[in-house]
Amino acid sequence: MSLLEITNATLKFGGVVAVNDLSLSVEEGEVYAIVGPNGAGKSTVFNLISRFYEPFSGQITFDGQNLLDRRADAVADLGIARTFQNIELFDHATVLQNLLVGRHRHRRTNMIEEMLFTPRVRREEKKHREAVERVIDFLDLQPYRNKMIAGLPYGVRKVVELGRALSSDPRLLLLDEPASGLSVEETQDMRWWIDDIRKQMGITVLMVEHDMGLVSGVSDRVLALADGAKLAEGTPAEVQSDPAVIAAYLGTGAA
Amino acid sequence: MRIHFKTSYEHDIRLFPDWWSFFVYAALVAVAVILPWLLDDFFLGEVTNVLIWAIAGLGLMLLTGQTGQASLGHAAFLAIGCYSCIIGMENGLPFLLAFPLAGVITGIFGTLFSIPAVRLHGIYLAIATIALSVLADDIIVLLEPWTDGVSGKFAPMITIFGIEIERWTTPDRFYWLVLAVTILCTLFYRNLLRAPLGRAFAAVRDSEVSATAMGVHIAFTKAAAFGLSCAITGLAGALMGFYAGAFNNETFSIVISISLLMMIVIGGLGSIHGAFFGAVVIAFLPQALSMTTDMIGGGNVAIPGLETGVFGAILILFILFEPMGIYGRWLKIRTWFELFPFARKDMFKRQKSYLKTERLR
Repeated sequence: MSLLEITNATLKFGGVVAVNDLSLSVEEGEVYAIVGPNGAGKSTVFNLISRFYEPFSGQITFDGQNLLDRRADAVADLGIARTFQNIELFDHATVLQNLLVGRHRHRRTNMIEEMLFTPRVRREEKKHREAVERVIDFLDLQPYRNKMIAGLPYGVRKVVELGRALSSDPRLLLLDEPASGLSVEETQDMRWWIDDIRKQMGITVLMVEHDMGLVSGVSDRVLALADGAKLAEGTPAEVQSDPAVIAAYLGTGAA
Repeated sequence: MRIHFKTSYEHDIRLFPDWWSFFVYAALVAVAVILPWLLDDFFLGEVTNVLIWAIAGLGLMLLTGQTGQASLGHAAFLAIGCYSCIIGMENGLPFLLAFPLAGVITGIFGTLFSIPAVRLHGIYLAIATIALSVLADDIIVLLEPWTDGVSGKFAPMITIFGIEIERWTTPDRFYWLVLAVTILCTLFYRNLLRAPLGRAFAAVRDSEVSATAMGVHIAFTKAAAFGLSCAITGLAGALMGFYAGAFNNETFSIVISISLLMMIVIGGLGSIHGAFFGAVVIAFLPQALSMTTDMIGGGNVAIPGLETGVFGAILILFILFEPMGIYGRWLKIRTWFELFPFARKDMFKRQKSYLKTERLR
């Protein structure tokens, strides 16, 4: 059984078909990339999985459980964490606090306990911080630990957002354009991190990305999307040489 | 400049970053405790007033500063706290029971109000809460059998374990009572900030979309913020009733709501210090103004609208030049001294980022 399975999902905004009868399955432990021109519906697929959008028809299951039964905030409880294309961090909080929000799905204490800061809250808090410190070490975020997000450069924010998703100890990580706006070196770092996330942490990665270098470097399978429908699926090399993909990206040559 | 070498997770969790700041706050509390021996009754009363406003400010700060939900209706919750505490005591409940109960009752009302309020954002929430402020006045009149409507109520004597506390006859005891409540509320507030719920508040404030993606239940979190905020406000309201001695439907008017919101903006949104700084301004400014006009005009001049005019001017100046409020200014001054002579002028210049994921609503 696949970890994430989308079956015949369709989503329309008025007359626009954003996702058209799309099926895909992501296996445990792989890196699966979605590519496609702007407006192809890549981020919409992510928002379907995050339950921000309700599909018109179709099924989405994660580890055998029906995702469509769940509220958007209950998706994280299953172990699905995500980043956003345009970075959605908590601007008026420090890096550490941002990462700690990533631990929210592991919260075991209630409001009253937290107000009194009982020993149990303290113990839990230490556990959260231990987990977050591991992520900080992994992503080399030490210099920024107590900095406010509002003053950080773009590249660092991108990494912090990845860190926040990792802090939740996810099983599936959704990365929405992890390399957009990053320099060549930063993209290289991102590539190694994605590799390590998969190999060392055993986390399945589903990502949307335009940088074909990054995509062919890290992913096991690639899905090409155009106008909300599947164009091609396979290894990076297969998809890149697929005539339909080339047509969608470059046009069909002589008009 | 002090640099903290952190050797355990405790360093980040504990209340005070180092011994120095522990001593500073301990000294502050010590001075606060012995204040009745240092000040005469008039100024002690004023300080008591500042503390009561600070408690109310903490309540609103939790909602507006931490969770990002503006409220212009907190006078209504002050009223609920005040009336429920005093009605409870009139019906034979001891103060030690009636007072926390007033907080709980106000908290429940706040949570109930959050049910429609979670669906509103920004300016619309502010408008809805104004309605609450306006309604409170009428409802107090309508509930005359309990509230004595326009004629109002008188605060009874507080008795704790046989010790009688009253604002006029024993101002020092009343001051200590208010101080104790202030310290407790501050401690609870501080505890929340270092726990998951406090971070969830900040997450809801800064980005509801990614808070949801991280597993934060937006409606529950906002309801908790409303509940806690109103509970603290209710406690402040009860103390305000005892401080005023007598109150009726007009005591907790919309002007109080607006002053409260102004207070936390002037003090510095999102910080505990801000609630206290703002309370000092709000509580002392009218006194300072009347003293100044007395000095200039010899006590016979009354300038209508002077107070509100000055308040408005101060608010505008702060929003223009110091959006972080007095606390923000305080941080800058402190950093300047800590780094002396290396502080740079542009150190606090804010960077703007225009990137935002399109809101999913």
